[in-house]
Amino acid sequence: MLTGRHLIEPRDFSVAEMEELFVLAERIEAEGKSWKDACRGSVLATLFFEPSTRTRLSFEAAMLRLGGSCLGFAEPGSSSAAKGESLADTVRTVGCYADAIVMRNPKEGAALLASRFSGVPVVNAGDGGHHHPTQTLTDLLTIRRLRGSLENLTVGFCGDLKFGRTVHSLAKGLSRYNGNKFIFVSPKELGVPEYITRGVLAKEGVEYQETDRLEKVIGDLDILYMTRVQKERFFNEEDYVRLKDSYILDAEKLTRAKPDLAVLHPLPRVNEISMEVDADPRAAYFKQAKYGMYARMALLASILGVA
Amino acid sequence: MLNIAKIKNGIVIDHIKAGQGIRIFNWLGLGKAHYPVAFVVNASSEHMERKDIIKIDNVISIDFAVLGLIDPNITVNIIENEVITEKIRLKLPERVEGVLLCRNPRCVTSTEKYATQVFHLADEEKGAYRCEYCDETRTTEDFR
Repeated sequence: MLTGRHLIEPRDFSVAEMEELFVLAERIEAEGKSWKDACRGSVLATLFFEPSTRTRLSFEAAMLRLGGSCLGFAEPGSSSAAKGESLADTVRTVGCYADAIVMRNPKEGAALLASRFSGVPVVNAGDGGHHHPTQTLTDLLTIRRLRGSLENLTVGFCGDLKFGRTVHSLAKGLSRYNGNKFIFVSPKELGVPEYITRGVLAKEGVEYQETDRLEKVIGDLDILYMTRVQKERFFNEEDYVRLKDSYILDAEKLTRAKPDLAVLHPLPRVNEISMEVDADPRAAYFKQAKYGMYARMALLASILGVA
Repeated sequence: MLNIAKIKNGIVIDHIKAGQGIRIFNWLGLGKAHYPVAFVVNASSEHMERKDIIKIDNVISIDFAVLGLIDPNITVNIIENEVITEKIRLKLPERVEGVLLCRNPRCVTSTEKYATQVFHLADEEKGAYRCEYCDETRTTEDFR
């Protein structure tokens, strides 16, 4: 039962519970409008202490399509945090108005802290460079839809793997399924953190390798997960400028890839995937955005107890 | 050889790595103790060459988890009527609350100061601890 549960990191839900959500998301996608009143009368608070368009809109679209309502703020300047209110007080107060809270905050661990003070379910919509579990739900649902399974896949992660929270969450999420192998492609400075490689993958016997050359490994991949080098994660502008164009996927690089590769990207993209790639049938990132809404509809319906 | 009288009822903290004793002495607030305390530095040791020892002639409460965090190789002897009644071998605690501080400037505990800092043992061999909030790793070396 997911009713009333928080979702802070991808492993908060068991593999069986994730499966329930995927099945529900596919049902919602197939049944469409018959879910339009499922959450009527329920209110979702979207607290975005860090700007986000896509994730916030995806959650709001999900709640509106379920017949519920949304309130909240889209930037910290318009929140009580700007007046110095603690996160604990903010969520305790908002929990009086809403049935669930979706929160993005630049501080790592903010959602976990919020969940300890909240009287209603808290969904982590990104905590700094740390976790982004609903993107993981989205990514897993997309892979499941495109490949028919979440097992025995060679998955490449490319770009900013240090600060890319979607990468950390997806690697942890996929490592729970059998036979998956990971290839991390990044400049050394933006390599995947040790708490993922040594702390999770090595401990669980998941095969992985690290490289700085996409061309060398693209032919081995079933899934290529591209990420943006995010300016907001750098303290130093010079480092950002030096690394921002490290890896760009273009049509030429794709000629070396398998014909059934799926290219995913959490979006927004800047220039790490050339627009010429969009026409390639292997480009799956816009489908991914749609699956993201269905995944969030399934999640909200479940935690609000209407599924 | 330095001789120190036996203690009647109390605690002997032994096998402290030479030079580390002062940290434990200070952490336990023994500088202000109103009971006898012996603090020996650079004592000869068969296994360690040199070691520090603290003898406390009083029954005091010690958080062995924190002591283990400072140095898991320490041994603690509980003395009753001048006889060792219990030998406690320390180890790294699985969970540490309110002792280690997260140094990650992106961690929520850096701004939300009321949050209790909690660390979980991640790698016993390396003495590595993981912040419950941000997963940043700190080692016991940072604490020493």
